[in-house]
Amino acid sequence: MLYFTRWKVVAILCTVFAVCLFAFPNFLPTKMVDSWPKWAQRHVVLGLDLQGGSHILLEVDTKAVRKEMLETLRDDVRRVLREARIGYTGLVVRGNSVEVRIREGQNSGQAQEKLQTLSQPLGGILSATGHRNVDITSEPNNLYRLTLTDPAILERVRQAVDQSIQIIERRVNELGTVEPLIQREGSDRILVQVPGLQDPTRLKQLLGKTAKLDFHMVDSSIPAQQALQGHVPAEDEILYSASGPKTPYLVEKRVLVSGADLTDAQPGFDPRTSEPVVNFRFNTSGARKFAKVTQENVGKPFAIVLDNQVISAPVIREPILGGSGQISGSFTVQSANDLAILLRAGALPAPLTIIEERTVGPGLGADSIAQGKISSYVGAAMVVLFMFATYGLFGLFANIAVAINVAMIFGVLSMLNATLTLPGIAGIVLTVGIAVDSNVLIYERIREEVRAGRTPINAIDAGFSRALATILDSNITTFIAAAVLFYIGTGPVRGFAVTLGIGIITTVFTAFTLTRLIVAYWVRWRRPQRVPI
Amino acid sequence: MRLLRIVPDDTKFDFMRFRRISFPISAMMSILAISLYFFHGLNFGIDFKGGTLIEIQTKAGPADLATMRASLSALGLGEVQLQQFGAPNDVLIRVAEQPGGDAAQQLAVNKVRGALGSDIEYRRVEVVGPRVSGELLSYGIIGLMLAILGILIYLWFRFEWQFALGAMIANVHDLVLTIGFMSLTRIDFDLTSIAALLTILGYSLNDTVVIYDRIREMLRRYKRMTMADLLNISVNATLSRSIITHVTVTLALLALLLFGGQAIHSFTATMMFGVVLVGTYTSIFIAAPILIYLGVGTGRDQPSRSESDRP
Repeated sequence: MLYFTRWKVVAILCTVFAVCLFAFPNFLPTKMVDSWPKWAQRHVVLGLDLQGGSHILLEVDTKAVRKEMLETLRDDVRRVLREARIGYTGLVVRGNSVEVRIREGQNSGQAQEKLQTLSQPLGGILSATGHRNVDITSEPNNLYRLTLTDPAILERVRQAVDQSIQIIERRVNELGTVEPLIQREGSDRILVQVPGLQDPTRLKQLLGKTAKLDFHMVDSSIPAQQALQGHVPAEDEILYSASGPKTPYLVEKRVLVSGADLTDAQPGFDPRTSEPVVNFRFNTSGARKFAKVTQENVGKPFAIVLDNQVISAPVIREPILGGSGQISGSFTVQSANDLAILLRAGALPAPLTIIEERTVGPGLGADSIAQGKISSYVGAAMVVLFMFATYGLFGLFANIAVAINVAMIFGVLSMLNATLTLPGIAGIVLTVGIAVDSNVLIYERIREEVRAGRTPINAIDAGFSRALATILDSNITTFIAAAVLFYIGTGPVRGFAVTLGIGIITTVFTAFTLTRLIVAYWVRWRRPQRVPI
Repeated sequence: MRLLRIVPDDTKFDFMRFRRISFPISAMMSILAISLYFFHGLNFGIDFKGGTLIEIQTKAGPADLATMRASLSALGLGEVQLQQFGAPNDVLIRVAEQPGGDAAQQLAVNKVRGALGSDIEYRRVEVVGPRVSGELLSYGIIGLMLAILGILIYLWFRFEWQFALGAMIANVHDLVLTIGFMSLTRIDFDLTSIAALLTILGYSLNDTVVIYDRIREMLRRYKRMTMADLLNISVNATLSRSIITHVTVTLALLALLLFGGQAIHSFTATMMFGVVLVGTYTSIFIAAPILIYLGVGTGRDQPSRSESDRP
């Protein structure tokens, strides 16, 4: 156990040195490291709990996605049957399906054939899964039921998440924050982590808005109040104003131009009133549509609708042909700016709900770092003193091994660009405990072997070989616990699992190589007559 | 230099004799802990219960809890708890989960922010919606179970099944007592507590495995020794290591407990109880002697008993 071949010694020392080297950039100023090649720019990332920031978990509103899919399906059924001139009654959305009854005397075979065109295989031709988006069943009395399949809904939710991630990225980048993290979580969730944010209120406002902007005509044939009390025409709907007193508007359901046709939106000021406004520009097709509508409707009001709320309803004074316009509507500078950001980034395909939020202010983060440092230093100092008091020279060897062990943990954390959290620091402190334990196991075993009457070198050799088996066994069990923690944990808990897991690996490594190497060289150098522990 | 010797060499404590005391005590403590869990309950934090947790620091002088309590309870948000947290100007506010889904939680936070005014630094805001809290709890429980199962399987491969079972009984005993401790002290039971439980599990096993390793070695070496003697020798042989290791872990934990701050206070307190108090006791007084009951080396007692029967 005490004999090392030359190449093994070199390999051990090189590994230790290389791993420790990776920890080095953490102690240098960021500017210096920035000029290095990319592969060397590895460092430990401070968790949100240490540097401050917001962790926000969003969920796509599956119900809203399904509702929209059902409404689209219903419209498709109507279109298909009308195109084929097939009479029907009672076209309704019921539960997870659309039901339609074909009139008596109609060609039901043709109707079924037409409806069947709505049922498409999922995932296109290339990745055919055998699932279809719609199941069609026919029942007595010419009733047809078109049911959305679960895979179809799942697929749409998945797409909605993908699109939302891109849109959220554009929105968050406008905030000018450093290194925001935006990623998918599970099938219908998005995790947004923004470090170093003092107040997440604005971020949450930017995330939570669908930002679906549409232009509609206002129906002025009857006053909105009257429509509210009596009968709302089938092609209209009542929408309310977004700000100020809640004013109802009777708005045509038909969309004139949608926000998807916008190419740009910028905050600005109205030259006459010097109120904050949002200036926008349409793309070519949007501009053409907008020009046509405004030409035909001079003198009539139209409504600018954002997320089903009327921002403003100006009267068209003259045709707008240039494809650009202005939204005014009691904005502040901030809200005009935010609306411009939202319009530039585009509308979310489905509403997102915040289901978890964790924000740590920069003050608490700095305090946590300070506390983490103090407790690590104090803990390490006490352990080092105790080990020296208990084992003397061998305690010193153990302390060197443990110090290198901690440096290696930082090296591996840097290599992985891992996140260090406050529980992560606790994990390192506990690793020091485990690392010391491996040395204690070895030394106690050596002492036992000495008492059993072995010669010093024999005892040291036997102590190592017997203790190492135990170290392996006991550390693997702890490693299993750390692995499970990593697998199930989120955020801070995962940070703890990472440092604990890495710490166990480096501990076993140093116990098997470095501690043994140090003791082996000492034995060769001193040829001890008795073991000094 | 004279070296520190906490445990003298060649101790010969008869630990196995204590099993007639330690087993009933452990059984009673476990029953107590379980009934604490059922009748006193755990103080679930927002991770598992849902709701809002806000840590604030008043900028001007100590916080006036009474005024804050009055203005917050006027919001009609149900149960609102205020608690001083460390320094006199640090306050922890807990708002119970609001009915009406995830959006309602966000609304409650905005209301609290409005009521507290601007002369305040928000150090931490955590909002956990009803669905996430349910998932976190089930993940936590599944995680604990998986860890126990994984370790059991590993020990079964490395040792005989009696050892795996013994280690599991010993460690479930540790977890049960720790949960009782958490119930008694009303420590917030959250994700960090699950981390603490898993770490206690890891440490406690670490200790158990070290003793079991030695027992296995002794079983091979001394074929004729009675089981009780063999266990005593094994525990005594590893005693010095057990104590020294626990002292170092205690020192490390003590540093975390004293200087680690409020955020990990409950974590370290739980670890202190589970690893230092219970873990050490368990590996010596439960994990080792239980092997006798599980029938490790049953064949051994026969010849030795007949030996002792001799005049």
